[in-house]
Amino acid sequence: MIEFHDLHKGFGPKAVLTGLTLAVPDGETMVIIGYSGSGKSVALKHIVGLLHPDAGDVIVDGRAVSTLDRAGLTALRRDIGYVFQFAALFDSMSVAENVALGLRRRALDDDEIAERVREALALVDLTGTDERYPAELSGGMRKRVGIARAIALRPKYLLYDEPTTGLDPVTSAGMDRLMVRAREHLGVTGVVVTHDLRSAYTVGDRVAMLYEGRIRQVATVQEIQETEDPVVRQFIEGRAA
Amino acid sequence: MIATIGRRAAAAIEAAGRWGFFMADLGRATADAGTWSRLLVGQMRRIGVDSLPVAVFIAAFTGVVLALQASYTFTGAVPLYFVGTLVGKTMMLELGPVLTGLALAGRVGATMAAELGTMKVTEQVDALETLAYDPQSYLVLPRVLAATLMFPVIVALSILTGILTGWLTSLALLHLSTPEFIKGLKLFYVFKDTWFGLFKSATFGCTIAVVGCWMGLGTYGGAEGVGRSTMRAVVYSAVLILVLDALWAAVVLR
Repeated sequence: MIEFHDLHKGFGPKAVLTGLTLAVPDGETMVIIGYSGSGKSVALKHIVGLLHPDAGDVIVDGRAVSTLDRAGLTALRRDIGYVFQFAALFDSMSVAENVALGLRRRALDDDEIAERVREALALVDLTGTDERYPAELSGGMRKRVGIARAIALRPKYLLYDEPTTGLDPVTSAGMDRLMVRAREHLGVTGVVVTHDLRSAYTVGDRVAMLYEGRIRQVATVQEIQETEDPVVRQFIEGRAA
Repeated sequence: MIATIGRRAAAAIEAAGRWGFFMADLGRATADAGTWSRLLVGQMRRIGVDSLPVAVFIAAFTGVVLALQASYTFTGAVPLYFVGTLVGKTMMLELGPVLTGLALAGRVGATMAAELGTMKVTEQVDALETLAYDPQSYLVLPRVLAATLMFPVIVALSILTGILTGWLTSLALLHLSTPEFIKGLKLFYVFKDTWFGLFKSATFGCTIAVVGCWMGLGTYGGAEGVGRSTMRAVVYSAVLILVLDALWAAVVLR
């Protein structure tokens, strides 16, 4: 279970998170929606300890992330797969090497690593791209390699940072299917950060709207679509202020 | 005015603190030998072998110039075989390590800062962390160790090249015989000349790599930030090389 407890984070004079509280139970896919710059990615990075909170904390399976030392963080990160907004693939490595990199930190032999890489690439429909380099891939393919790299670790949690941003509608829909497939295949708990509502409705069990540094509303997809909250309504209807 | 001084002092203290944490993390990363040892040979090749042509090119011309300038200075006053003394001493003690260090501050330091800076702004460093790697043991330590180990090798070859071209220049242009050049070369030689130059170059290599990595991992602000970090890595490395050069001379040669 992932729990945000009264999380505060600012950068210089700008307060980004001002008391974010949210719980993501095991087995659920939580989608966090919100305006650009509202702190969605900042919240996500706190889960894996890439950012340190000013106050409050994130608790993952009872572990307060901000209190973990390097060994504790490493152990935590073994349970989590993170899909970056722009994939963050290693330019100097082939697709297979990118996917295998995280596996090399585990006690796996080369055959098992190769099998896991093959499996992960097959799951994201990228069989046969092993030897290609990130520069030779389209934006959508790069994101799928990013997902393959995360799911190859067979994590307990999968975090997606804007997985459909910058993709055309058809590729976005494919990405949504992939996320659903990854969840069904691995049974992972997911946190998806996005402002793509179609994607949120497809992959989410529940949707949380982040607004002015806090959660404005958490509800099921259907409840969000029928919400009376004026701020949430404005966002999902895409009306200018 | 006072506010500006206060802000700068606070920034300097913050930078010193970050530097302290960076070095402490680097020390801690040595325990993760399974990660950095796999990457060390590759970095040694990149830093050492790939830097050799530049270093040897510079040393070759330095040897020529040293021989000619020595001859020009000594004419009529000092026996010409002292050309060998000056070429050997200067290459070993000063120009071999320092010129190579300054040249490689540009090549090696800039490469490290640009490479790690690009990885930082494209979230590749964050990705490494989420894959349970410590960037210090995966990115920094192999580079620092490789630079520390390979700089003495590069400088040794530079010194040999400089002495060789100094000798060839003496033969071809100064009408000095080989025995005379060697006599001059051996005249005031002590083993300290050799180890001092190589020791100094190891500290230069370590400094260039630490500064390059520190600047790279501290990058923010996209392409402009990468450019800024790269420029700073080169400038700070060059300044630190000159400071270290003076420091070691004061400590070891007095």
